[in-house]
Amino acid sequence: MDVIVCVKRVPSTTTRVVIGGDRKSIDPTGVEFLLNPYDEFAVEEALKQRDAAGGGTVTAVSFGTAEAQKELRTVLAMGADAALLLQSAQAPLCDGATTARALADAIRGRKFDLLFFGKQAVDMDQHGVGPAVATLLGVPCISEVVHLEVKDGKVTAHREVEGAHEIVEAPLPCAVTAQKGLNEPRYATLKGIMAAKKKPLDVVDASVGEPLVEIVEMKMPPPRAAGKMVGEGPEAVPALVQLLKHEAKVL
Amino acid sequence: MGSVLVVLEVRGGKVRPASMEALGAARTAAELTGGGTVTALATDAAEVDASALGAAGADQVLVANTEQHSSDGAAATAARVAREIGAGAVFLTATIRGRDLLGRIAALLNTGFVPDCIELGAEGGKLHFVRPVFAGKALIRVRINGPVAVASFRPNFFRGAGRSATAAIQKTTAEPGKAVVTGLSGERKGRPDVAEATKIISGGRGMGGPENWHLIEAVADAVPGMATGASRAVVDAGWRPHEEQVGQTGKTVSPELYIAAGISGAIQHLAGMSTSKVIVAINKDKEAPIFQHATYGVVGDVHQVLPKLADELKKASSP
Repeated sequence: MDVIVCVKRVPSTTTRVVIGGDRKSIDPTGVEFLLNPYDEFAVEEALKQRDAAGGGTVTAVSFGTAEAQKELRTVLAMGADAALLLQSAQAPLCDGATTARALADAIRGRKFDLLFFGKQAVDMDQHGVGPAVATLLGVPCISEVVHLEVKDGKVTAHREVEGAHEIVEAPLPCAVTAQKGLNEPRYATLKGIMAAKKKPLDVVDASVGEPLVEIVEMKMPPPRAAGKMVGEGPEAVPALVQLLKHEAKVL
Repeated sequence: MGSVLVVLEVRGGKVRPASMEALGAARTAAELTGGGTVTALATDAAEVDASALGAAGADQVLVANTEQHSSDGAAATAARVAREIGAGAVFLTATIRGRDLLGRIAALLNTGFVPDCIELGAEGGKLHFVRPVFAGKALIRVRINGPVAVASFRPNFFRGAGRSATAAIQKTTAEPGKAVVTGLSGERKGRPDVAEATKIISGGRGMGGPENWHLIEAVADAVPGMATGASRAVVDAGWRPHEEQVGQTGKTVSPELYIAAGISGAIQHLAGMSTSKVIVAINKDKEAPIFQHATYGVVGDVHQVLPKLADELKKASSP
């Protein structure tokens, strides 16, 4: 079973966002970058499926800056066999469609049975890169998957929808975007980290030209109006409910 | 710009309410760019209400002839119809279904996509979209350089056009797809999902343990349509299922009312709920960061405050 998993280097979710001097991106000063949390589920599932099939390869692909080699090494340390960095200075804030083109161009022509993504990257929150890459490659895609079975050339997946799980079937090769709950991602062991240093990590230039979606400006959300401390303990509750009913009018 | 295509959200043969908001946004987009028609498309067979869809903004409604949803099939149907009507924009709902289709439709139309818009405008006849990034810690204003503007709209930010008009209904053919929905499992009945609810109460670590969740449930029971949510700490501890998680690695919500009980207000939680209209914080630590984001704050122990809140809300909700 040959598996490709697409990953992204993103700012940690504890980041306090400060707008950069260009007013179009964040100021990276002091920001901790790591592997996109949803990609951890994607990587774990890729490794599990390779191992369950009794052989094959897992190749990690990232469209990112030179620094994203660190996240690709993390994926190699978790157990992937090879990595490919599509290097571009534009990558971090690139729109989903442009990112999808870069990834699809690199994946086209490579053999794979399964293609994994995190369901979204927690920086640009687009949710669309996995489905777009699959569409460009002409393979089916099941998004936001929490349970996956692969058997007899067919994928059966459960995906989270509002208030239920949808059961979806598709033939291989197939793309899957991973939602939290799909599995428990493993940690890289010391042995894995040592082994990762010797695994192949190819870097190729991936200039994408003018992006399909242009950021005109990035700004902070408008501040919320100052709140009211209603009081302390259960005694404050009647006043709170009156405010919700008559001032905020939400009851 | 020409016409706008709105892909309706259909599940179980019914059009979901967020679709009406996308139709309203489509009407606005058509007006901002010099006029044009709005076509609504149900990519799966659905009962459609010509007057409700017309009022929300649709001039015509196309209904496809498949009972079985396929994501790649639905995207292909939408892209074909977009080409047939010469659409300058394709709008969807920023829901799980919409998210699934957005990137695919853009890929088929060889253009860019903008998810989760909260504001719509135009400059020089070209649409501009505002959307949150970093789970709402920042906003970006963007324009699409491709031939068609493909965008989805976050629920609770737009309204149907409120016109007095009736849409013309026509049938269309569904494209086949490789990935097909064969059924549903684990349907949660009774309470709405946090992603769709207009009122939410969420519990955090301050709840003390999963055995105290009946306090959250009692408040939700007192308000019709209230959903229950949870913080990441609580989900990671296994107290609550992931589908209830609100925050940067859970669901991003914008309800009318959000009650945070025993939630300190970690930045990744705030990111997922800070666009709620009214935020109530209940926490025994008066220094908890959540109070800086709350419309109304009550300092107190959730074990005492929540039962009283359930009682008072019940009284307030009954006529």
